[in-house]
Amino acid sequence: MGVSVEVRKKVNGFSLDVAWEIGNELAVLFGYSGAGKSMTLQMIAGLMMPDEGVIRIGKETIFDSSAGINVPPQQRHLGYVFQDLALFPHMTVSENIAYGANGTGKQEKAEKVQQMIDLFYLRSLERQYPSEISGGQKQRVAFARALIRRPPVLLLDEPFSALDNPLRLEMRGLLKEIRKVFTIPIILITHDVFEAYSMAERIIVYAEGRIAQMGTPNDVFNNPRTPEVEKLVSMKEFVRITPYGNRS
Amino acid sequence: MRLSLQVASVATAFIVIIGITVAYFLARRDCRGKELIDILFTLPLVLPPTVTGYYLIILFGRNGAIGKLVYELTGWTIMFTWYAAVLASFVVALPLMIKTTRAAIESVDKDLINASYTLGHSELETTLKVILPLAKRGIVAGAVLSFARAMGEFGATLMLAGNLPGKTDTMPIAIYSLTGSGEWSKAHGMVILLTFISGAFLYLANRYSKRII
Repeated sequence: MGVSVEVRKKVNGFSLDVAWEIGNELAVLFGYSGAGKSMTLQMIAGLMMPDEGVIRIGKETIFDSSAGINVPPQQRHLGYVFQDLALFPHMTVSENIAYGANGTGKQEKAEKVQQMIDLFYLRSLERQYPSEISGGQKQRVAFARALIRRPPVLLLDEPFSALDNPLRLEMRGLLKEIRKVFTIPIILITHDVFEAYSMAERIIVYAEGRIAQMGTPNDVFNNPRTPEVEKLVSMKEFVRITPYGNRS
Repeated sequence: MRLSLQVASVATAFIVIIGITVAYFLARRDCRGKELIDILFTLPLVLPPTVTGYYLIILFGRNGAIGKLVYELTGWTIMFTWYAAVLASFVVALPLMIKTTRAAIESVDKDLINASYTLGHSELETTLKVILPLAKRGIVAGAVLSFARAMGEFGATLMLAGNLPGKTDTMPIAIYSLTGSGEWSKAHGMVILLTFISGAFLYLANRYSKRII
């Protein structure tokens, strides 16, 4: 199971032209804001249409401009966590999670929801509304809602950017756990150097709508191929921190 | 009083159904001529009621474009019936519903709608389970405002429905004739009643649109 993306789009003077492929791994799309990372993710999810290109999840083609294929977002069944999480404010934690379930019977749906609640440590919060729970708890609800359907891939659009540092660490740990339990490709957008280095199995560096470099974190961080990439990966704060893996 | 409530209730029922549909279309669809449609529906808000009434007579009068057809087919005309009062109230109060509902629908976070799509829900399901519940306050406020406006409708109603005692004399029209014939004490009571009712409805509309989930 992997993801392959080859898309082009021009919009308001910005031009995106990227092609990459990942296997069953955690890939980080890394780069400055406005480099086209979010746009790529939205195209994979079906929320934005490329001018041309091909997108495949595993063996399934979900978009192919030359063949006229454009599977609507509802039928792509991908897990997507938005930057602001996009929890439904008028639904409880349980209802939010259940909204993502594709179960047939009520019983089956309820069981699935219960599973996710246990898995994401959300017990006793089932009847709370998003406005009544903490930032970390909201994150877990968003993950549970995105994963209840057992999607073939999980797309994360900077879900940790609004969190303070200790919580960020906790969430990175959670993400590694998710990767272990669900064993699906995860595509994470970030412009946080440390996050990119510590989380990624593969890094895809974006710069102005193009791919500047692609490879393992060691590859990219030790041998930046362009001055642009070098600038991106040599930010000051990076020298002060140790990779997440060395901490635990 | 009873007639006024009856007219305003029926008009509001239609306003809610048509208003939500039109507002949803205006808020969520992109098409040419969209703003023209918005203007067309909003015009009765700013036109003198006599002008609105005039258009309605041209359309629905016995010799009007639609009215003539109905009269030829059924021998019935809406003119000078309480239905005409409903029609006039409907047209005049509809813009209030459309404006508030459109704003409420447009203010629903786009990410929430996209989230619903990625979670496998169709546009209809998303509308019923996400958009309308989140726009509920605006919708209720719009309906309440429209009802209050429909209660107070006078000019277009007078032109279209006339002033037939017991048949089309809604409160504003009754106040007009009572004042004309010098029955001040009766008019006085009705004015106070109508002011009180309208004030109460405005209060309700404010409360609904302000309260956050």
